[in-house]
Amino acid sequence: MGRNLLIRLGSTVVTLFGVAFIVFILVRVVPGNPIAMMLPPGASDADIALLTAHYGLDKPIMTQFWIWLGRAMQGDFGTSISLRQDVMGLIFGRLPATLELATLALLIAVALGGTLAITAARFRGTAAETGIDLFNGASLAMPDFLWGLTLILLFGVAFPIFAISGRVSPTLDLPFVTGFFLIESILRLRFDIFLDLMRHMLMPALALALPLAAVIAQLLKSSLKEAMQQDYVMLARTKGFSETRVLLSEALRNAVIPTLTLAGVQFTFLIGGTVIVERLFSYEGLGNMAIDAVINRDLPLIQGIILVFALLFVAINRLVDLSYALLNPRFRHG
Amino acid sequence: MAEARDIQVRFVPRLWLSGLWLAVIALAAIFAPFITPHDPLAQDLMLGKLPPVWIEGSEPGYLLGTDSLGRDVLSRLISATRPALIVAIGAGFGCCLSGSVLGLIAGFFGGWSDRIISRIVDIWMAFPPVLLSILLVAFFSPSLTSVILAITVIDWTRFCRVVRAETMQQRRMDYVESARAIGRTMTATLIDEVLPNVLPAIAVLLSLQMGIAVVVEAILSYVNLSVSTDQATWGSMIAEGRGIIYQAWWVLLFPMIALFLTVLAFSQFGEGLKERFDPVLR
Repeated sequence: MGRNLLIRLGSTVVTLFGVAFIVFILVRVVPGNPIAMMLPPGASDADIALLTAHYGLDKPIMTQFWIWLGRAMQGDFGTSISLRQDVMGLIFGRLPATLELATLALLIAVALGGTLAITAARFRGTAAETGIDLFNGASLAMPDFLWGLTLILLFGVAFPIFAISGRVSPTLDLPFVTGFFLIESILRLRFDIFLDLMRHMLMPALALALPLAAVIAQLLKSSLKEAMQQDYVMLARTKGFSETRVLLSEALRNAVIPTLTLAGVQFTFLIGGTVIVERLFSYEGLGNMAIDAVINRDLPLIQGIILVFALLFVAINRLVDLSYALLNPRFRHG
Repeated sequence: MAEARDIQVRFVPRLWLSGLWLAVIALAAIFAPFITPHDPLAQDLMLGKLPPVWIEGSEPGYLLGTDSLGRDVLSRLISATRPALIVAIGAGFGCCLSGSVLGLIAGFFGGWSDRIISRIVDIWMAFPPVLLSILLVAFFSPSLTSVILAITVIDWTRFCRVVRAETMQQRRMDYVESARAIGRTMTATLIDEVLPNVLPAIAVLLSLQMGIAVVVEAILSYVNLSVSTDQATWGSMIAEGRGIIYQAWWVLLFPMIALFLTVLAFSQFGEGLKERFDPVLR
């Protein structure tokens, strides 16, 4: 397994290198002088020359790439053109909001998808299974963008239970030191703030979670039904275990592995989906900032955000590989 | 092939239902200028935010109400089928051609070509798709062509992966061996023997991709990065409706329904094709 992991790590590095190269080239292709855009209007020629040398833009393009890559690896993406602040600082300011939203969505998807799958497998062949299949079909057909809009109309307008814009009520006084509002509100036992956060986050999280929940429910259900036909399940049944106990303690353990792999890949889709869902709910996360950055042609900020997203995608894929290797005994001694 | 003809052609309701809706959309797109009850761009501030006819305070001439500028929602809905359909067809076939060709090459020839193509797919999949499409369209300058190009550049990987896997499976079949044994070249075997067997999978995927393209176009016009404002799109209508959601929910609801039905129809049409032509299911 050690050798396998090394190969995987190597391919991860190659992928990230490719991503960095494409991001670099993409920004060079765009017309306009990035240095002139970074400085305030009226900057002297000396300033421009200084900054050009600082970013190595007076050197050949491949040398420029290595300089840029070296700086990027140290977290230096330059200064945002539209917001006139350090790009890394801006990204770290918004990243916690997006991570909390995506994690909440993942938790909802796993809980909902798992419950649906187990219910459908327990009551297979009944109306309950048909109903769950129909729900899965509808959830899958609807992209997160449309789920978001549907939820806004349903629980923002028709039955106004939830807030449709923002992450937290602007009137609230926030005592937080980190950007992880949800976690901090729990740790500080500020349940008033926690509830307000949930009132804002539940709908966007649900919009992201529903398509993933359907994928999980469908796959886990079919693996569970397959597992219920296996010999060891028959054995457990002849021992007199109840159907529910057989399902939860015997079949689930084996059915969960293929689901986990797929859920991991789908989680990257969910993170990609935060871009438009955050926009839809005016949620102050990384994705919303990314759209503004594109509209303002803020190249340093765009570069930074895309690299952070790519890093997240690749990290999740590797974590899935790793947990797959740890969970599945057959792969433990590869 | 002779066997296939003997089997009774199966009636697949979802294929017909989804096909019917897609035909309605196509007809609406073709005849849009003749069937819209009003000019989709005509503004009349005196008739702003009129509700649909079954709600009090409506005008009989405006079946689905008007938006904040007094433009007829139904006419804009019909007019917006054009950009939606153009993007569905353009981006659908763009992804299909580029992705399938690369997938066929990677799956059939293997070796270095496979390694390089698969690596590029890996790198591509590390980009957040919605963000990348927004970025590309902004850089190409917003237009329908840019939207089609952006979707093609991003989503060819979907075809590439599936076609590669399918082709690799076909590659191991005896008929490939036989074709080679009677002296056919690799390329001829690929095009004449393997491709027809991979085609059903491509057709299903194409239908799915067209649905995805319609959603991506809606998202791009939602953030105002698609066609210019003198063409109504479902996405721009949704964006307008999101802004006045508490005063005029119908401006948001109707393009949403049109978008949903169209996406659903494309995906169900693909599923229906699979059901209709898949020899295992049949």
